[in-house]
Amino acid sequence: MIELRTSPHMKGALSLPQIMHNVIYALLPICAFAVYQFGISALALILVVTLSCVLTEFFFNYISDKNSNPKKSLNDYTAVITGILLALTLPPGFPLWMGAVAGFVAISMGKTLFGGMGFNLFNPALLGRAFVQAAFPVAITSWTPGELTDRFTQFIPSSLTLPFTVPANIDGFTGATPLALHKFEGTSTSFNDLFLGFSSGSLGETSSLLILLCGAYLIIRGIMGWRIPLAIFISTIVISGAFFLFDNNYPSPFFMLTSGGLMLGALFMATDPVSAPVTPAGMWLFGILIATMTIIIRLFGGLPEGIMYAILFANATVPLIEAIAQPRKFGYIKKSKGSKE
Amino acid sequence: MSILDFFKHKTFAHGIHLPDKKEHTREQAIRRLPFAPELIVPLSQHFGAPAKAIVSPGQEVVRGELIAEANGFMSVPIHAPASGVIKEVELYPTARGPKTESIVIKTWPGASQRTASFEPVNIPSLTHEQLIKAVQDTGMVGLGGAGFPTHVKLSVPPEYSIDTLVVNGCECEPYLTTDHRLMLEQPAELLMGTSMLMKALGAKQAIIGIEDNKMDAVETIKKHLSGFEHIQVKAVQTHYPQGSEKLLIKVLLDREVPSAGFPYQVNVVVQNIATITQLGELLPLNQGLIERVVTVTGTGINKPGNYLVPLGTPIRFLLDHVGFSGSANHLILGGPMMGSTVASLDVPITKPVSGLLVFNEQSIEKVSDDIYPCIKCARCVDACPMHLNPSMLGQLASKREYESMQENYNLMDCFECGCCSYVCPSNIPLVQYFRISKSIMRERAIEKQNND
Repeated sequence: MIELRTSPHMKGALSLPQIMHNVIYALLPICAFAVYQFGISALALILVVTLSCVLTEFFFNYISDKNSNPKKSLNDYTAVITGILLALTLPPGFPLWMGAVAGFVAISMGKTLFGGMGFNLFNPALLGRAFVQAAFPVAITSWTPGELTDRFTQFIPSSLTLPFTVPANIDGFTGATPLALHKFEGTSTSFNDLFLGFSSGSLGETSSLLILLCGAYLIIRGIMGWRIPLAIFISTIVISGAFFLFDNNYPSPFFMLTSGGLMLGALFMATDPVSAPVTPAGMWLFGILIATMTIIIRLFGGLPEGIMYAILFANATVPLIEAIAQPRKFGYIKKSKGSKE
Repeated sequence: MSILDFFKHKTFAHGIHLPDKKEHTREQAIRRLPFAPELIVPLSQHFGAPAKAIVSPGQEVVRGELIAEANGFMSVPIHAPASGVIKEVELYPTARGPKTESIVIKTWPGASQRTASFEPVNIPSLTHEQLIKAVQDTGMVGLGGAGFPTHVKLSVPPEYSIDTLVVNGCECEPYLTTDHRLMLEQPAELLMGTSMLMKALGAKQAIIGIEDNKMDAVETIKKHLSGFEHIQVKAVQTHYPQGSEKLLIKVLLDREVPSAGFPYQVNVVVQNIATITQLGELLPLNQGLIERVVTVTGTGINKPGNYLVPLGTPIRFLLDHVGFSGSANHLILGGPMMGSTVASLDVPITKPVSGLLVFNEQSIEKVSDDIYPCIKCARCVDACPMHLNPSMLGQLASKREYESMQENYNLMDCFECGCCSYVCPSNIPLVQYFRISKSIMRERAIEKQNND
């Protein structure tokens, strides 16, 4: 039996499921550190949000085409990645039911409404987070300090809030994030705490070192592009460095890089290929835009953190960026001298 | 290859690194294949008008005799690949798909198969026009796979002058080793052919570009270079698809052929190493092209090697001779990146075929059937040697927006090298999309012309 195929007859090593598996592997250490730091509440939140994302995808597959296998699009594991990433952006004591809502919104409004994987305009995880930020403004800014002694045996009280009720009184459990401390109280967090992650914050954003290592793994394996994170880092340093030199009351470039969700956003959110540009020049523009927006929001906006809105804003500009940042095609140069005699 | 070599040899931007898979045949000297009992010689083995048969059934022919003459300038003649008797001139299947008119020769069993001899040509005494005519008379076409008549490439429009002849010894496709063996075994003919073509073109210099996985070929040619002071050999980094002439010109001379243009517009002509070696051999003797070197390899082949195959030899005969195990269910003519699969074992070896790759069921290159949506990972954008945007082109193709593909995303600059499909993690058959889109756009252009 002779088989007819079209060229090329060879195929590169990486397939889409392999890429997605590797992204999950790279996220697991960050999850583990979150659980170490914030205890079983963190573990429960990661599981609930991820499960919510997967079930939502399954549900929408089921109602959109009853004849096809609703599990099919789950095989690519993108829903799992969305779930983990979303959970990592939430505060440790975030009520679990609100986490489930965030997961539902992320997949339904962020992904399936656009047509599923590959067609979404915005990063689904960030869209889900933006929704709960608007819907539950108090819960999402209630930060629990890490390393509580009974964190492995007891839930943070607010985690177990019943659905559609206001979280229990969480006084005594709250601690501000480094960014909020800097913005509203004018105190700085130490270099080591920021870099190694012993500060308050969302589940996965505390340890810059760990996020950097996990991102580096993906970049070295050739799974993730390096241009967008590098563009964000460089432009963050340049822009916030200019402010810092101008007036030392502004946060230092290093503080800007390691605090809040910038590390996680730059390495794992902005690099979501679907909602980022495909051309090299477009990627640089995209990264510069994200860094600029983040710094503007952090320094002059009402919120302490701005990476989420900056990335969502940049996602929306991708078609415009691509319109002006197409690569220079081979053979399209201005008439070279001596080509005609 | 040491890390220093990596920095030493130049290459072009983008493209991909492929496993070269040449280890099974690179050491195998060229061996002659016996004559098949019946040779099927298609009249169209080249780009351009098919040749016109000048023989009739029952007629006896001698090996090397003219059996079909060129039909106009964009055509080449065909010579008898073996002594025998013409069985018929009929429609036969070919690798391209549709049946084409072919001359079938029943070879004489036990014939000496000596090539008919003709009056030798004194190359230096020929005028430019006579030399072009002599090249056409050999029936030579681009042996690298394009099948473009060589004399047409040498006939540069008078408003352009050629300063450099680039000799393409890249052989960037995996598995293939014919050019490698020719450079090792026939460097004298190669250099002879090169200097003849330099004269035909009026070129001041020639550069032989060889990928650095063939350093032994570079050394061999360098040893023979004395007396040819205007010919240089340059090693380039092994990188696919460097054998594309536009890219090789960019690497060796840093000149960029304009889109939809020809190399002569940047004062260069590129010829494949096999083409030039054969010309160096045939032209002085006034003989025609009747055989070529073919790499026969793949997991299904018992005796992989480089074989000198008479043109018109059916694949079935070739396979029987080299032996294959298992069911040969995936046969590729040419290289694995740009070659085409064949539907029938009766398809003959023709002038542009540089390789026959055979894979059986178990060993077939793993190509998953799962196609996922484009996730815009940009791997194809980083791989495309023409710096196109295959991701966007692919999305437009699936929406049948062919006009936009051509006007906004330079569809027609795609030369179907296959890099985008190779790297695509979603398994999207991008090259196949582009092939279809291009042929639709060509049809529309013809329709439009006819309507105007």
